[in-house]
This record gives sequence, C-alpha cells and structure tokens, in this order.
Amino acid sequence: MDIHEYQAKQLLSKFGVSIPPGEVVYQTHEAENIVTWLNEDKIVVKAQVHAGGRGKAGGIKICSNDSEVIKTVDKMIGMKIITPQTTESGKIVRRVYLEKGYQIQNELYLCITIDRETGGNTIIYSKQGGVNIEDVSEKNPEEIHSIKVAPGSNLLTHHARTIVYGLGLSGSIAKKAQKNLLSIYKAFVELDAAMIEVNPFAVTKDGEVLVLDCKASFDDNALYRQRGVAEMKDENEYDPLELEAARHDLNYVKLEGNIGLMVNGAGLSMATMDIIKYYGGEAANFMDVAGAATPERVAAAFKLIYKDPDVKGILINIFGGMMRCNDIATGLVNASKEVGLSKPLVVRLEGTNVEMGMDILKNSGFPIKPVETMEQAAKDVVAMVKEKK
Amino acid sequence: MAVLLTKESKIICQGFTGAQGTFHSERAIEYNTKIVGGVTPEKGGSKHLNVPVFNTVAEAKKETNCNASGVFVPPPFAADAILEAVEAELDLVVCITDGIPTSDMQRVRREMKGSKTRLVGPNCPGVLTPGVGKIGIIPGHICKPGRIGVVSRSGTLSYESAVQTAELGQSTIIGIGGDPVNGTNFVDALELFLQDSDTDGIVLIGEIGGTAEIDGADFIRSWKGKYKKPVSAFVAGAAAPKGRKLGHAGAIVNSGAETADAKKDSLKSAGVTVADTITRIGDAMRIAMGSK
Repeated sequence: MDIHEYQAKQLLSKFGVSIPPGEVVYQTHEAENIVTWLNEDKIVVKAQVHAGGRGKAGGIKICSNDSEVIKTVDKMIGMKIITPQTTESGKIVRRVYLEKGYQIQNELYLCITIDRETGGNTIIYSKQGGVNIEDVSEKNPEEIHSIKVAPGSNLLTHHARTIVYGLGLSGSIAKKAQKNLLSIYKAFVELDAAMIEVNPFAVTKDGEVLVLDCKASFDDNALYRQRGVAEMKDENEYDPLELEAARHDLNYVKLEGNIGLMVNGAGLSMATMDIIKYYGGEAANFMDVAGAATPERVAAAFKLIYKDPDVKGILINIFGGMMRCNDIATGLVNASKEVGLSKPLVVRLEGTNVEMGMDILKNSGFPIKPVETMEQAAKDVVAMVKEKK
Repeated sequence: MAVLLTKESKIICQGFTGAQGTFHSERAIEYNTKIVGGVTPEKGGSKHLNVPVFNTVAEAKKETNCNASGVFVPPPFAADAILEAVEAELDLVVCITDGIPTSDMQRVRREMKGSKTRLVGPNCPGVLTPGVGKIGIIPGHICKPGRIGVVSRSGTLSYESAVQTAELGQSTIIGIGGDPVNGTNFVDALELFLQDSDTDGIVLIGEIGGTAEIDGADFIRSWKGKYKKPVSAFVAGAAAPKGRKLGHAGAIVNSGAETADAKKDSLKSAGVTVADTITRIGDAMRIAMGSK
C-alpha cells in the first residue's frame, strides 16, 4: 500500500527524522490559516498524488508571498497530474501540502527496500539526488551505491557511517545525516515498510539535514498489525473497479487495453496477458480470482470486468485442479443473464467435467465461445475484438 | 528416487484440523501420500482423518518419526509454525500459506541460517512426486510419473507445465512460490534435479520481479561441459506494466534486470530453450530433450 508524501513525513517525524514544518489542505480557504501559521518567506506548494515525476508535471510550486500561495493552491486542487508513472488520463489532485521552503546546498538520494537475494534489506544511496536520479542510474551507475543489511538485523552505526561518508558528508552535517538515517531505518522495520525512498535527502545552506520529499509503500500482508498505516489509505488514489475488486477479495489491476481478463492464479493471469499481447491484443486488466474458483466468485469477478467501459471483449481462462467446470459454466451463464451479455466472451476451462461445462456454455444462447486451449482462446478473443472495432 | 518428496518421506500437516489443512490432507491421503499425523495446538491426543493429532511438532516427531511437514497455518502464525518445524529438525518444510508479512519471513531466513531443514515456499502450491505423494495443493490427477523435473514460482503455471509434459511425465514438481523472501530458490531446485538420477530434463517457470531467474541462468551456464540436463523455461509478465504490483508480492518490475525479457534473454544465452508463450512450454521441453 502506498501513502502520500505528507503522510510518510508524519510517520517519519514520529521516529525523530527531521522534516520541514508543513500542513496538508483539502480546500483553498484552509491554506490561509496555514500560511499564517508557517510564517515563512518561502513556501512550497506540493500536489499530493501517488506518482513520481510531479515536479516536472507542474505539481510542485515555490511561492514567495501569501497571496501567491493561495492562488497556487486554488489552481492545484482539482488539476490533473500526468506523469510517466500515471495512466494517460492522469491523477486528480485532492490534497495539497504546504511546507517551508529552504535554500538547498546539496540534494542526496536514499532508499531502503527489501533485498530478495539475501532476504534482508538494501539501502541504496547517491550523492546525485534530485529529480534526475533515473538518468543518473542509467548514465552514471557508478554514482549509485548500496549496502546490504542481513535478514532480521538492525542498521548498525558503522553502516550509517559508511553511507554518510559515501554521500560526501562530514562533521556536524554527517552526524545529523547519520541520526536521520538510523531513524528512517527504524521506521522502515517497525512499520513493516516495503520501500522508503527519500529524494532529495537535503542539506540546506544553513547546515540542516532534512527529508524534503519521500515516497513510502508498505507490506500489504502486514497491514493487519499496522493500523496507523492502514488508516492512511486514500481510496481516491485507486481505480473504483480496483476498490470493488478488493472488497470481493479479487486480485485486480486496471490496465490500458480493451480485452477483459478473468483468470485463476497470478502467474496464469500474467501468462494470459502475455499471450494476448503475443497475438496483437492488449489486456484491459489483470485479474486473479485468488483462492478457490467457486461459481459465486467467478460470477462476481465476471460482473466486475463486464462493468468496465473499456472492455470490448472478455477472455476467461480457468485452470482449476479440482473444481467442476459444469458449476463454473452455470455460474457464468447466470451472470451473463444478469448483465445481458452482448460483448464477445471466450472461455477456456480446465478441470473435471470439462465437456459438460462446454455444452452448458455452447447452448446458453449468449455470444459465448468455449474453446479447448489457451492458445485458441487468445487468438479468438483478439480477432473478435478487432472485428468489433 | 525423485527429489524432496520420496518413498521415505513421512509427513505431518501443521494446521491439520483447520478447513484448508483438512481439505488438502484428505486429497493427499487419496493420492496415497504417507501422512502420519498432524499438529494443531490444544487438539493433541485426538484423531483426525484416522491419524493422530499432536500439540507440537516435537511431539509429533517423537511419536511418528516424521521428517516432513506441510504448513497450512494462517498468515499471522505461519512464520512461527515454520520455525517450530525447523527447531524439530525436520528435513523438509513446505509452507502453503499466502499472505505472511515479509518481515516475518526475514526473521525465518535469519533463524534458518545453518539449519539442515529445507523450506519450500511460502505462498506456493507445494511439492508433488507423481505416484509417491504430495504436500500442498497441486492436483494429483494432472501429474504423471516420468522424468521431467518442474520448478515454478507460479502455482497455476506449474499445472500447465504438468499437463503439457504429460507424455514425458514428471519426476517431481516443486512450486517455490512468489514471495520476495522465501526458502527454496531456482538454483536450489536446479541443483536437486541435477543430482537426481530420475530426472532427465527440467522445466523452469519464472516471473517478473527479483533476479532469481537470472541466478538460475548463471547456474545453468556454469554446467557447460560438465553436465547435460536440458532445460526449458517460460517467464511470465512480458506484458506487465512497469512498477505495478500484479498479485504476487514478488512480481514487481523494478529494474531492467527484473523484466521478463531480460530474464528470457539470460536463460537463452545459458542454452535454455525458452517458450514464447506458456502454451509452448511442452514443445520447448521436447525440443530441448531432442537436442540433448
């Protein structure tokens, strides 16, 4: 689960990490009080959306007087942010963060993440922080360093020292950076984070060390014991269909194409997206009917995909070891009646009673095409959607 | 001989009397798996599915001499269940549970350092040796005894692979699971199959995210001139958008090396026959066997 920048900063500051003073607003008039409270010469206005690249997309503005702040907030709330990390339609700004602006000496980069190889964590760091970090990692990979922390171990002081010296810091600034780093790591572990990225980790002209921007995402599997984090979920950041799917315990991600998919298993779902692409189509979604593919779950999942206006045709690919295909087929025909199925639907089922299932689908009176193999299913649905255009 | 699960395996189920533990233990018993007992705290002393229930793994080991366990314990308690089996020094622990917090698995990784127990999973379909038995949820009827070893991060894709290699048959099918921190990896499974005299060829099914497939490819590359077991592979997720999480906690594309294409290229360059789509994994295996 991802959270907003201001939420990540609030969490980190509880662990003793230095952040600029700031406050979030939802409406323009709220900004007036905040501006008075901050009482700064320079205020940064930052759109809060779950996507990187905000700055380049007009989501970060530096203002030098109160009326400019109010005007900027007013403009920013409701605007669309489109970056390489959002979909083409972008994200609407509903929250804006106001914080003190600084004279920056130095922009550094820090990121803590899970290391699959060792089962521990990795800290990635670079002197070349700031908005162009991706270019740095591409063109000057030698500028990006990392340190691995063994599984279940703490970040030790000597690790932190290695990192701050590697960032080119010394003296009292190095000490401040080290203290911040140890606190960020502690937050990472205690909050069950999956990733905390600080960019920039900034040194100001008057010698302060601050987390100026921060992205944090958390382990979904641990949210049951991280209530404070779980409550920070902003449902506006999710596609409404994704939220509905989550309520049904379905594993669903909205994508850009027009072929709706319903598959059991994450691996088979990805492999189905792949084969659709291989035959020239594009999936409208990833959908893993996780757990048992019962007729009820299959029907709920089907209705959800059908609702998506981008979907021009549907492919159902279910490999159930022990489930009965005739039950699944009956569930699908009933769901088709409910939605008044008019989009082409291709179905591949594998399991017991395959023939019975296929017959039920063939004789349903709806435009349902049962096929025997996944290959045929992919070819057919791509062709049918192209024909429809 | 097969690998991991052999005729010598005596198996218990942790979380035995729960709904999942019961259902899949019944299927395993139908498949003639040697299930010698189960563990559910507070239910010790009773019988379930005609075998004894114990309060602890240590007790189960003492009474049944079991050497393997299948873990069907709910996520908040699963890491502890794994470590209980590790402390009892079982040879094999297969954890099916999906949804274990990553930091719990990091602790398991730390505690297992130097341990002789092999962990498979979590978040995996388990291990099945056709004709011998199964730990986990792989449907028995789609697997046929034979000489192909299958190792897969994805459950349903291991089923597809079993169906497509039916006429060759399988020595053992290992689902290693999709979580970022897990027990057995591709290199471990490849090593097992390489040493197994009953395995002639290997199917490897990977996914986007992580670099386990690249490590597997490097390992296969190191066989050159020394061993000759043909390997075929498929990597799911070529169509996945970058940076989005698709189901498995493991399947996130973060860096260039973690994409499906990078992994396929690495496997190809190691001499592996790579299938373009999952529907061609059987063909790829047959081609690889022919060019042995």
